[in-house]
Amino acid sequence: MSEGTLYDKVWDRHKVTTLPTGQDQLFVGLHLIHEVTSPQAFGMLRERDLEVAYPELTHATVDHIIPTADQSRPYDEDAAEEMMSELEENVREAGIEFSDPNSGDQGIVHVVGPEQGLTQPGKTIVCGDSHTSTHGAFGALAFGIGTSQIRDVLATGTLAFEKQKVRKIEVEGELGDGVEAKDVILEIIRRLGTEGGVGYVYEYAGSAIEDLGMEGRMSICNMSIEGGARAGYVNPDETTYEWLEETDYFQENPEKFDELKPYWESIRSDDDAEYDDVVTIDADELEPVVTWGTTPGQGIGITDSIPEPEELPADKQDTARRAQEHMRVEPGETMEGYDIDVAFLGSCTNARLPDLRRAARIVEGREVHDDVRALVVPGSQRVQKTAEEEGLKDVFEEAGFEWRNAGCSMCLGMNEDQLEGDEACASSSNRNFVGRQGSKDGRTVLMNPRMVAAAAITGEVSDVRELPEAEVAAQ
Amino acid sequence: MSGTDDVEIPEVDYVSGSGVPIRGNDIDTDQIIPARFMKVVTFDGLGEFAFFDLRFDEDDNQKDHPFNEERFQDSSVMVVNSNFGCGSSREHAPQALMRWGIDAVIGESFAEIFAGNCLALGIPTVTADSETIQALQNWVDDHPDEELEIDVEAETVSYGSETIDVTVDDAQRKALVDGVWDTTALMKSNAGAVRDTARELPYVDSEAIPEAE
Repeated sequence: MSEGTLYDKVWDRHKVTTLPTGQDQLFVGLHLIHEVTSPQAFGMLRERDLEVAYPELTHATVDHIIPTADQSRPYDEDAAEEMMSELEENVREAGIEFSDPNSGDQGIVHVVGPEQGLTQPGKTIVCGDSHTSTHGAFGALAFGIGTSQIRDVLATGTLAFEKQKVRKIEVEGELGDGVEAKDVILEIIRRLGTEGGVGYVYEYAGSAIEDLGMEGRMSICNMSIEGGARAGYVNPDETTYEWLEETDYFQENPEKFDELKPYWESIRSDDDAEYDDVVTIDADELEPVVTWGTTPGQGIGITDSIPEPEELPADKQDTARRAQEHMRVEPGETMEGYDIDVAFLGSCTNARLPDLRRAARIVEGREVHDDVRALVVPGSQRVQKTAEEEGLKDVFEEAGFEWRNAGCSMCLGMNEDQLEGDEACASSSNRNFVGRQGSKDGRTVLMNPRMVAAAAITGEVSDVRELPEAEVAAQ
Repeated sequence: MSGTDDVEIPEVDYVSGSGVPIRGNDIDTDQIIPARFMKVVTFDGLGEFAFFDLRFDEDDNQKDHPFNEERFQDSSVMVVNSNFGCGSSREHAPQALMRWGIDAVIGESFAEIFAGNCLALGIPTVTADSETIQALQNWVDDHPDEELEIDVEAETVSYGSETIDVTVDDAQRKALVDGVWDTTALMKSNAGAVRDTARELPYVDSEAIPEAE
């Protein structure tokens, strides 16, 4: 068992007791909720005549179903309007703070929490969304839960949970040109598998991780779940503290920063911490990664060949054959030149300001390919506003991208932003499952935001390193 | 606030029923319940949408899928392969399966959040190796009307003349067998200790901690 890791320390600080099942009852420091997975939980509370125990540690936003084009109320779609109304009613009744669209703070829940300083090192953070692992970038212990567990957290401020093992993933070296955090995590999932992380929490470490800004760390922690790990984290450091200092919470409570910093330092993994497993990845070797299949583990470097199913482990062969048939790709070929119909720049993985800035540098002075429908969906209203002030909106629109309002959008196709028929999409999101983007025949190719920008311009999967960056005036 | 003592939590030490094989690794929650069916504020009625896109084409014609087959309509034990339920945390996935009629799942392996969501509904997710599962899937295919029996406490599955060993995660087994898989009341009874834990955490403002009831 691990010892002296951030995971062990945060767990111990939040453990209330051991339950008769052998699970630990853990205190939850921040409960984020959204419109899709919480209404049933509030319903269960009402059935049992229970109230929300810790409303001040609960925070809501709306992201999954919100339209990103016309957001005037009532929403065009009745079901979306009903879910939004239900959330409004629930948070009003319980006294839960709500970053709603009128606040200027709305956005994807995993963009909003860090932005406002709700996400902090050493907190336990849960949300009815598997990408809650994102918040681990700050040294929080953060994971996704189901609706019955949301009921538990609402009613008790705690969760029944089993302690997991800790795998340290050391990414050493420097990322090359055109290679981003997204490529690091896609490579990790390719190597360790989509179920390699089951039973583990991932600690991301090493010089390449330390060199990343908070947004890059969030992209990596975000996709821990795609590798089967329910949570992933990075130890907090100066980069983390610089981010925190700028957030609302610490701007409004500057004394808290000095008060909490010793705690943040104390929960860092010890130098001699013990891990259940250690994996090392050479950052210098990586190139931009794209997926060829229908699981996030089916990725390859942009210059690599799509594998023959027979070359893969026995248990991966059937999945690979079905994936290649669905995607209409041939083993032995590279993904370069794969025609795309849609370019989606968004999601909790890659829709923060630096993601949009980097993509804008590729797009500036160029035009979206005639056969491509391209859209940018900022991760939050704040990202959107700053990007507009910096002129990024103009860069994207002049090139032919649609510039939308914040939400989950085409990452999961719960609003009107969906693939149609067998469209192929270059996507900065996190899942390429069949049907994920709203059409069961749709084809998703996951990649980093600059690669999405490049694909939007050329109309096919392209190596962004071959497209020189333009200067963005606003930078 | 009234207690939750009136919520009856059945003990799930034994599940029996006929089986239905769902073959394939990495069957994700988007396949189990496509996101467009999640635009609802209750779980009622999700059963008919289980595996929807695998069961129906764009014109709503039935495709080949065990959930469409007459012989499996009364099945309650699903037999699956590896990494079943990967992807999103949506409880809609096990809710849809449960409402279709599934009471237990036997498989090579399960994604963690999915297994946790099943437990919260009292649905066992028991595991066995690949060879054992494939043999069981073949048997179920050949004997759609015959019952198989899962003994959660003894960690065995019996079918035909066979009894095989399976694995049930320790905490899951205790929770199911002792009938404590619905943890709300149990955890609520520790409210005092919860407040104590919260008070020891430097980031929790004291105003956020409720008064003792």
